[in-house]
Amino acid sequence: MSDQIAVGGPSPAAPDGGHRTRRGLPRWLRRDPWRSSWVLEAITWGYFGWSLIPIVIAILISFNGGRSLSSQQGFSLQYWYGAPGGDPQGSLFTDPNLHTALLQSLRLAFLAVIVAVPLGVGFAVGLDRWRGRAPSTANFVMLLSFVMPEIIIAVALFLVFSYALKFVLLGTSAEVLGLVTVMIPYAVIVVRARLLSIGREYEEAAMDLGASPTQAIGRVLLPLLYPAIAASIALVFAATVDDFVTVNYLSGPAASEPLSVKIYNGVRNLPSPELNAAATFMMVSSTVIVVCGFLAYQHLARKRGERFGAAGLADQI
Amino acid sequence: MREPGAAKLTPRRSPGRRPEARPATFQSRLYWPTWAAPAIVWLAILFVLPLYTVLAIAFGTVDFLQNPLPVWEPWFWTAHYLTGVAHQIVGPGSYLGPVYIRTFVYVGLATLICFYVAYPVAYHIARCKGRRKKAFLVLLLIPFWISYLMRMLAWIGLLQNDGYVNRVLLFLHLVPHRVGWLQGRPITVILGLVYGNIPYMILPLYGFLDRIDQHLLEAAKDLGASPFRSFLRVTLPLSKPAILAGGVIVTLPMFGDYYTNVMLSGSPHTTMIGNVLDNAVENTGQGPYAAVFVLILMLLLLLPLAYYLRSTRRTMEAR
Repeated sequence: MSDQIAVGGPSPAAPDGGHRTRRGLPRWLRRDPWRSSWVLEAITWGYFGWSLIPIVIAILISFNGGRSLSSQQGFSLQYWYGAPGGDPQGSLFTDPNLHTALLQSLRLAFLAVIVAVPLGVGFAVGLDRWRGRAPSTANFVMLLSFVMPEIIIAVALFLVFSYALKFVLLGTSAEVLGLVTVMIPYAVIVVRARLLSIGREYEEAAMDLGASPTQAIGRVLLPLLYPAIAASIALVFAATVDDFVTVNYLSGPAASEPLSVKIYNGVRNLPSPELNAAATFMMVSSTVIVVCGFLAYQHLARKRGERFGAAGLADQI
Repeated sequence: MREPGAAKLTPRRSPGRRPEARPATFQSRLYWPTWAAPAIVWLAILFVLPLYTVLAIAFGTVDFLQNPLPVWEPWFWTAHYLTGVAHQIVGPGSYLGPVYIRTFVYVGLATLICFYVAYPVAYHIARCKGRRKKAFLVLLLIPFWISYLMRMLAWIGLLQNDGYVNRVLLFLHLVPHRVGWLQGRPITVILGLVYGNIPYMILPLYGFLDRIDQHLLEAAKDLGASPFRSFLRVTLPLSKPAILAGGVIVTLPMFGDYYTNVMLSGSPHTTMIGNVLDNAVENTGQGPYAAVFVLILMLLLLLPLAYYLRSTRRTMEAR
């Protein structure tokens, strides 16, 4: 949306209105303090510095040579691969506990994507065409689960699995059930946005040409939805890897705790640069997934003669 | 990576303004419901049922081991635990009352700070052009795919006693000695909440400010308003819905927040509602209280939730 819609007040190049006569107001107030001024520019850059520099420092700390969390003492990979000849514990890729946790993170993300994305796509497609009171109630419930603080859903699921549906054991199965519940709305919202922009002409044309509804969806609508499906896969994957609230309540034995929960518990007990390495790894893996999803999205969307920039993606997700 | 703004940014065109095009082609009226059914069943069992279980436990009883026994029939419910907790919130010598007040103060302050930072940034970016704007947007989106844990971890490093924050402040002679930022300081928790949630406010604000009709501003200018005055009288009032929506988007997760507090403070002096709930779940034998705390949290959030869902629906219908 960035470049299609003309933005900005009168262009910054225009005189700032100082030459106009206006009564009362002193000159410095007449000059718009909000427009093209260094104040706004400074606030914006200040915000970006504040929001991004800490992250960069945290990444650098994960390559720290010393044990300090707070200052850089030379460069080493000891928190990633372990010090040569040193203790395998305390580094991301050699510590067996963290290794298990890393695999668990990937397993959960994979399972959540496999279940949540098809459910979400079906829900979005069905709800987009089904008229009446029932679908709008379903939509309301879905949105409610989306905006509710995660702790409410997580604790409610914990109570259900502990005291009502006791056959679901806390651990991987409970984690997957909980994560899918939290992630369905993400997939629905991404796909729904795309459905609304596609409209219904294509499948109607297909059906005019003799296709059954199922054929029209399989051959026409789903291919049109591929970009959104790619985007929602990336989104659900990244969000699952990052999630620690739901998973923390629903994890059982220590082996079922993914990396995010290990980091959270580690921070509570004794923060160390190893946790920075783990968090950096999480960040890199979700960035890779998001970038892949974005490229797939762009590729698939461009194949259909549409163009989306970064802003287009922001509009979608 | 939640994108609460998404619900508002979605639709370009509204479907089905006209009647169903050709009902005859659909073999059955159940065709579309079948597509949505799996997810509906899923949400019914794993979202609606759990919420009902919260009620059944909050108004239920316990067995001899203090494990909750959910009572499913509403006519057998007892408000025993609810009144117990209510006494702890408002009664004399209550220990939960201050926690609730503190939560409201922290969340209120954090939301205000979010607004005062987010609005100018969103406004500025909405009025940039071309490559500059694209670059700003990319910078704006980066925090969305960095996990909350990573962002808090970053501050834990910076706020250590010998961390960069203390070093800079000492260097500038702003503090006389090193400050223990992580030892239960309200300011740390509030700024942590701001840091964690502000991206969710900037994005919807930007989305809205970007779409404000420029003709309105030109009209204000033609009518003799100074730029500042036209900002105050046109842009700001126009963006009221976006401000409210952004406020709700950041407020909801803050009320359910316990992790920021645990990671950045860990002291009982900064305990919030979320921490009380978290503790009740972690300690065995507190099941009914956990359910009651969830219930109270849901009741507290009912109003902002209803507002947000209603405004979302309205924007969906308006487009």
